[in-house]
Amino acid sequence: MVLDNLANSLRDTLRRISSSSYINAETVKEVAKELQRALLKADVNVKLTLELTRKLEQRAADEKPPSGMADQDYLVKIIYEELLKILGVESSIKVTPQKIMLVGLYGQGKTTSAGKLAKFFNRKGLNAGLIAADVHRVAAYEQLEQVAKSVNAQFYGEKGEKNPVKISKNGLKSLEETKVKIVDTSGRDSLELELIEEIKKVKAAVEPDEVLLVMDATIGQQAGPQAKAVDDAVGITGVIITKMDGTGKGGGALSAVSEIKAPVYFIGTGEHMDDFEIFNPKKFLSRLLGLGDLETLLETVKEVDITEEEAEESMSKLMSGKFNLKDMYDVWEKFSQPSLLKKIFDSLPLAKMPGGNKINPDDIENAGSKLQRYRVIMDSMTFEELEKPELINSKRIARVAKGSGKPETEVRGLLKEFKMMKNNLKMMKGNRGFKKMMKQQLRAGNFGLDEALEGVE
Amino acid sequence: MFDRFKKRVKESFPEDETPSVIRKDELEDKVRNILLEADVSYDSAGKIVEMFRDRLGKVKKKIDYQLVLEELKETIREVLSAQDSDLDFLSPGKSPYVVLFLGINGTGKTTTVAKLATYVKKNGKRVVLAASDTFRAGAIEQLTQLGENIGVNVIKHVAKSDPSSVAYDAIEHARARNLDYVLIDSAGRMQTNRNLIDEMKKIKRVSKPDLTVLVLDSMIGQDAVHQAETFMKETPFDGIILTKLDTDARGGAIITIALELEKPIYFVGIGQKMDDIIPFDVEWYLDKIIP
Repeated sequence: MVLDNLANSLRDTLRRISSSSYINAETVKEVAKELQRALLKADVNVKLTLELTRKLEQRAADEKPPSGMADQDYLVKIIYEELLKILGVESSIKVTPQKIMLVGLYGQGKTTSAGKLAKFFNRKGLNAGLIAADVHRVAAYEQLEQVAKSVNAQFYGEKGEKNPVKISKNGLKSLEETKVKIVDTSGRDSLELELIEEIKKVKAAVEPDEVLLVMDATIGQQAGPQAKAVDDAVGITGVIITKMDGTGKGGGALSAVSEIKAPVYFIGTGEHMDDFEIFNPKKFLSRLLGLGDLETLLETVKEVDITEEEAEESMSKLMSGKFNLKDMYDVWEKFSQPSLLKKIFDSLPLAKMPGGNKINPDDIENAGSKLQRYRVIMDSMTFEELEKPELINSKRIARVAKGSGKPETEVRGLLKEFKMMKNNLKMMKGNRGFKKMMKQQLRAGNFGLDEALEGVE
Repeated sequence: MFDRFKKRVKESFPEDETPSVIRKDELEDKVRNILLEADVSYDSAGKIVEMFRDRLGKVKKKIDYQLVLEELKETIREVLSAQDSDLDFLSPGKSPYVVLFLGINGTGKTTTVAKLATYVKKNGKRVVLAASDTFRAGAIEQLTQLGENIGVNVIKHVAKSDPSSVAYDAIEHARARNLDYVLIDSAGRMQTNRNLIDEMKKIKRVSKPDLTVLVLDSMIGQDAVHQAETFMKETPFDGIILTKLDTDARGGAIITIALELEKPIYFVGIGQKMDDIIPFDVEWYLDKIIP
């Protein structure tokens, strides 16, 4: 997922809490210190960080956990709540016809975000149009025009025209039929008076339903003052944080969010127009802390187009121990999509699982590419072989290897793994409580905390 | 530029209001927080506090805020001058001198390429630009227009074509006409994107640049080190150009890069006009940040 470093240090902190036999002032102090380091390294505002850890120590000293809740869990709950405050309120992007104005400095990703937004609305059945009101940056017109084309959005611009108010007005008129109108405005290096005046005027002309500030995840302590200046000028209704796919932690942008008290609507997570996620603070935090996110897990599985019946069928086949290579092929075909495995692992409550921290992201990636190679090998097997893997002798192995262009050792490896899997499943079948245990573990990871929170509030 | 930073330093250590007792840990916390607020990396801030502590430990006379400021300045000077570059950009001793620019999206690579072209042209040199950012929408048009504005040739292919061959053609162009510089723009790439990083490696392999420069946005926070380290590992660079210093950013990356990457800063971008680029100077910087 994004934010690997921050996630790891936060998860380490939580693990330290769960593994301590009791919580005293000393432990709290250490935890606060660790948290401070993690947050500062993530560009969270210095004052905000100090405030947060001070509050943590104070609450840990003053508050008593409700009966039945362990001190350790209560401390995690306090951390969760305090961090959630930084992440801001839940966003409520409306999927209705509207006018959106994008503002932000140079290089934060306004124009790309405009395209991603358009694609988002197009998908939801609302056609979108982009208006090129950035009249300062060289070739901004061409960039937006190309972006619009790539996402099948309408485009309006006036090449050479230097008056953004005029362009915006004409654009709104020309795109009248378009449901969602997105105005891309000029950036600047800094928020000089001239820019503030310009976006004020554009806002007055456009009368947008949403003014979204676009901010980059790598920005540091400067984020707060920048956001505040824009907010004072035009009133920000929401924020888009871009470049979350790098190693930037977004702490600066999130601190800005907490300063201007506007929700984060979306995060940009990659180069492509699809790399855009609705931001949900609770889910985001849950994933960040490794507390699991069952909802995203289910969504991901849905994305793979496995229906519930299919899943059930695969599951019962798997559990019966009677499954063959063909069944394995079916399952793997679904899971060998790039980055899918990683998405699933990110959604698991790894912080709460013993040994969960030891999963190396590279291993997951390797597993993904291994599945793809195995599929190629299986493509070179006959139906009979897939249904009755025990038929495959060394002669057949040589043929399959030749056909698939893979070394024989890999074919043997595949068969070995199949056997192991089959044996494991047989064992699991003997263990009736297994399914129940799996479910419980997932639930304890995520909703244990949520339920506890509901109980208290 | 750096006004707020300087103000913050001044407020923390008002020169003529030294308290009668200075508590060592409070003093160090203050210094650390100032550095962190200036976007110096967490580890670098720690190291600077240590160096600062050592310096103060050697002082024999009574410590006041004026001395604190002097010693802080000295500490930062020590860090930065250790990486002072001896590059003479205007007479590099080879022609064409090929410079490759890399960095993540939106740091100002294209603008920096045009600014540097303006800079060398003003100094009587001849230069050609390579529009090797064939990926981002509008990037080729942007460099072409900038080239027209400053009167410099731009070698370009169509969008989505192979960036390495654009670079190659630009170098051939420069050789044939005895030009002094080839400046190669490249597509911004997140350092985590495998494909684009591989493409970058290829551009570097093909163009064999004499100088590779990482372009960093001065508003960058703690990520400066990660970004620089990842690029260093994949496509090693020689030094840094820091852009957008006119944003009132505190530019802590300057200190972080010197301390942790041990790389020099060549130029800094200080405005939006084409000639708003200057060679980085340690004394200029120190003067701006510490009263």
